[in-house]
Amino acid sequence: MAELFRMSAAEIAEAVRDGEVSAIEVTDAHLARIEQVEPQVRAFLHVAADQAREAARAVDQRRAAGGELGPLAGVPLALKDVFTTRDMPTTCGSRILGDWLPPYDATITRRLREAGVVILGKTNMDEFAMGSSTENSAFGPSHNPWDLGRVPGGSSGGSSAAVAAYEAPLGIGTDTGGSISQPGSVCGVVGVKPTYGGNSRYGVVAFASSLDTPGPLARTVLDAALLHEVMSGHDPCDATSIDAPVPPVVAAARQADVSGMTIGVVPEFTGEGFQPGVLARFGEAVELLESLGAKLTEVSCPHFSYALPAYYLIAPSECSSNLARFDAMRYGIRVGDDGTRSAEEVMALTRAEGFGAEVKRRIMLGTYALSSGYYDAYYGKAQQVRTLITRDFEAAFDRVDVLISPTTPTTAFPLGERVDDPMAMYLADLCTIPSDLAGNAALSVPCGLSPEDGLPVGLQIMVPVLADDRMYRVGAAVEAALDARRGYPLLNDAKGLA
Amino acid sequence: MPSSAVGRGGGVRAGRALVGYDEAVSRYDPLIGLETHVELGTRTKLFCGCPAKFGGEPNTHVCPVCLGLPGSLPVPSRAAIEYTIRIGLALNCSIAEWCRFARKNYFYPDMPKNFQISQYDEPLCTDGWLEVTLDEAEAAPYGHSGGPRTFRVGIERVHLEEDTGKSQHMGGATGRIHGADYSLVDYNRAGIPLVEIVTRPVEDTGPLAPAVAHAYVTELRDLLRSLGVSDVRMEEGSLRCDVNTSLSPRGSGRWGTRTETKNVNSLRSVERAVHSEIERQAAVLDAGERVIQETRHFHEDSGITTSGRSKEEAQDYRYFPEPDLVPLAPPRDWVDQIRASLPELPAARRARLQEAWGITAAEMTNIRNAGALDLVEQTIAAGASAADARKWWLNVLARRANDTGVELASLPITPADVAAVAALVGSGALNDRLARQVIEGVLAGEGTPDQVVAARDLAVVSDDTALNAAVDEAIAARPDVADKIRGGKVTAAHALVGAVMKATRGQADASRVHELILARLTQS
Repeated sequence: MAELFRMSAAEIAEAVRDGEVSAIEVTDAHLARIEQVEPQVRAFLHVAADQAREAARAVDQRRAAGGELGPLAGVPLALKDVFTTRDMPTTCGSRILGDWLPPYDATITRRLREAGVVILGKTNMDEFAMGSSTENSAFGPSHNPWDLGRVPGGSSGGSSAAVAAYEAPLGIGTDTGGSISQPGSVCGVVGVKPTYGGNSRYGVVAFASSLDTPGPLARTVLDAALLHEVMSGHDPCDATSIDAPVPPVVAAARQADVSGMTIGVVPEFTGEGFQPGVLARFGEAVELLESLGAKLTEVSCPHFSYALPAYYLIAPSECSSNLARFDAMRYGIRVGDDGTRSAEEVMALTRAEGFGAEVKRRIMLGTYALSSGYYDAYYGKAQQVRTLITRDFEAAFDRVDVLISPTTPTTAFPLGERVDDPMAMYLADLCTIPSDLAGNAALSVPCGLSPEDGLPVGLQIMVPVLADDRMYRVGAAVEAALDARRGYPLLNDAKGLA
Repeated sequence: MPSSAVGRGGGVRAGRALVGYDEAVSRYDPLIGLETHVELGTRTKLFCGCPAKFGGEPNTHVCPVCLGLPGSLPVPSRAAIEYTIRIGLALNCSIAEWCRFARKNYFYPDMPKNFQISQYDEPLCTDGWLEVTLDEAEAAPYGHSGGPRTFRVGIERVHLEEDTGKSQHMGGATGRIHGADYSLVDYNRAGIPLVEIVTRPVEDTGPLAPAVAHAYVTELRDLLRSLGVSDVRMEEGSLRCDVNTSLSPRGSGRWGTRTETKNVNSLRSVERAVHSEIERQAAVLDAGERVIQETRHFHEDSGITTSGRSKEEAQDYRYFPEPDLVPLAPPRDWVDQIRASLPELPAARRARLQEAWGITAAEMTNIRNAGALDLVEQTIAAGASAADARKWWLNVLARRANDTGVELASLPITPADVAAVAALVGSGALNDRLARQVIEGVLAGEGTPDQVVAARDLAVVSDDTALNAAVDEAIAARPDVADKIRGGKVTAAHALVGAVMKATRGQADASRVHELILARLTQS
């Protein structure tokens, strides 16, 4: 057997089920790996070794007692620190929550526990999921295992870095404007933004409610699918949760076949501003898909170019309201309560000190966009653009089964390069935002390394609402073909930790 | 300026003459509008499973959702939506085929999320009306004569929202936030479903504006109670009222600047608040000043309003559609079912009963104002005549309730008891005075009327032999009176009746005694 921490989730689950290895051995191996590489990667904000071992032992005991083990029992996982956990702090990468210990588990946290998944800890993220690099975390950035001087993407960069660094075979992130796909892409792992409403948001600290979508990160498409099925499904505690069967994503990942599919290339996402190496790898992916039996065609989505500005009105508007509750009254830090100041003053001082610059920027943007007299021109207009983007998708999916584009315009950028240039930072999410606005699903699968910098490039596969299985079919086919051509998994080329 | 004005809490400032009500309405047309908040009596809160109960130890009816903890999400209660639709239908509103909740954003410590989930430009119910009738007695104090007046009060909207928590300001003298040492917040109330009912401006009330406001809230309260959607107790805050008032120069047709008076916590206060605001605004306008658009607070003790926060620096609530909830689209067949299940509404019921009982509108108003309608109806159903039922509840029991400061319906006596007492009087077993003693006994917890009669040995002496002995004694004691009667002055017999009643400790039938006296003294 390979080093335990290099095994895939599917392999671990099978080995635990077959008794070849115990869940506690798997967990210990990953905790040791975390100890070894964490000083360089800094993927975790909180490692919960005791709770992880306890969960692993419970799986081993269940097996010993002859109990049934689920498809991911005993598999370690890195959970983004935006999901509430009763037994671990939840910070959202912000100072403002202090050492808040939530009194309840998120629905997804609970489902993971019930499935015997071993939660190793909570991963780093841009503060309240606002950012594309983890550099907005109040606790410092995470580092890309391909090149420690570069960002791991964001906001779910802690989870993507942990998966890419073999600290965990599985990670969970949340996607609001590309926060799973983009870090997945720049870390050379699989990142999935499922259909909005397919995964419960209950217990996910909200950034932008109409966009936030939890989803899996993994080193293989099959692993992502296995996690997708464990975490998904209707939740009566989330009014926006879809009451429909989970699409058969595991079967689709095993099918890994694109023959007979019609695949549309979005020309809006192959032009100016894209790194040549990214476009080169994307072009090869197009040829590969054709060689695998798919029919390729170009499908223009004219309104996609307005997605970024619309997003930067809608998401900040919702966040300005969602983040209002952090007011020092009930939880988190409290600043300036010296007995002389009013509640309003304490709220203001706490928020001034507790929130970072990007969060403040977006709260102000959103407050402005919702203000009376400006609402129609900003928030209202952005919602109209959102509708047009949804129609672009609908028209496109009348003609093709899936749409593809590069996941990001560039590969991982150096730490610090964009921190003072918000517009450049926002452009990292250019290709991922349309699916967030329209609520349909998208998956990013590695499609090689950019020749200029030797860093991973992601292929984004976009599918209609509730057709999540389709993107797994395509993603798994691309992954299998590229792995076969290369002869080894792409992550073997990651030299940052060598 | 009269010195008495100084004490009026800033209601009238130096240099402004007081204006009496009659004078005010002779020069200005009042325009009123009412916003009423009703706490629904659903089992659970609007967006979580916590009990929607009044009171309880602070912060015991709470969960992550109604505390607005990070990550928590609202899920709307079907019952609360159904209750809102019931209210809308009863108020003749259209029920939206599609509408949304909206967030109202503002910071306040008793708001767990610092936004309130409410409805904004897409309310669940719109465009209805409620008819209210002022009888002569209600209109008379405002100089109106010539029969009852009916007003159709337009309902602009009925929407559903969540209630906030409750702040308690500790220390300081006033109990207000200013000057308090610290504040405590109880979130038990946070998330209780609240329905807001907004009227259109009520025009053409003229001087009757205060009475119309009172009649509207009274009618609304009765309506809500009959729908079973709320316990509508103003004193517990489950029915809260804000009153908008403005004045325009009489006949000008222009609408003046309005004020919104809050803290109006009883039916009588609604009337007083409008009355006081009309006088105050008239004084402001007479002085050549302008009315400031603002929130004002009504003071129960002084009956006047004082300035709250100015609406000119109004909060921008930054309403937007609540993204945590999907749009609300009540299926038409569900709305039809709710419509079919509406009970008879109070106005129709009162009209029906008034006719059945053969009473006047004013008599019906008295029954209603005493909170005795159900009780009288049930007493009649238990066999009493309408006159008897009204007499016992309104004349005897209402006074008792008033004296002891409880609601009529809370007295420990049932309509069946009252009907039983009326029956005993009707059969001659009790006279009026004894019947009152039986009522006392029932109220004192001595049992049913029959048990009280037996235990206290209360029965009319109906044996003429015994009564004749008492009559003879009375005649013998008052020969002067007896002579007058013999001389044809029949009315003098009352003095002897009284004496006989006294001798029999009230247990005689006074009319029989009267007959016996006349029989004895006028026999030829």
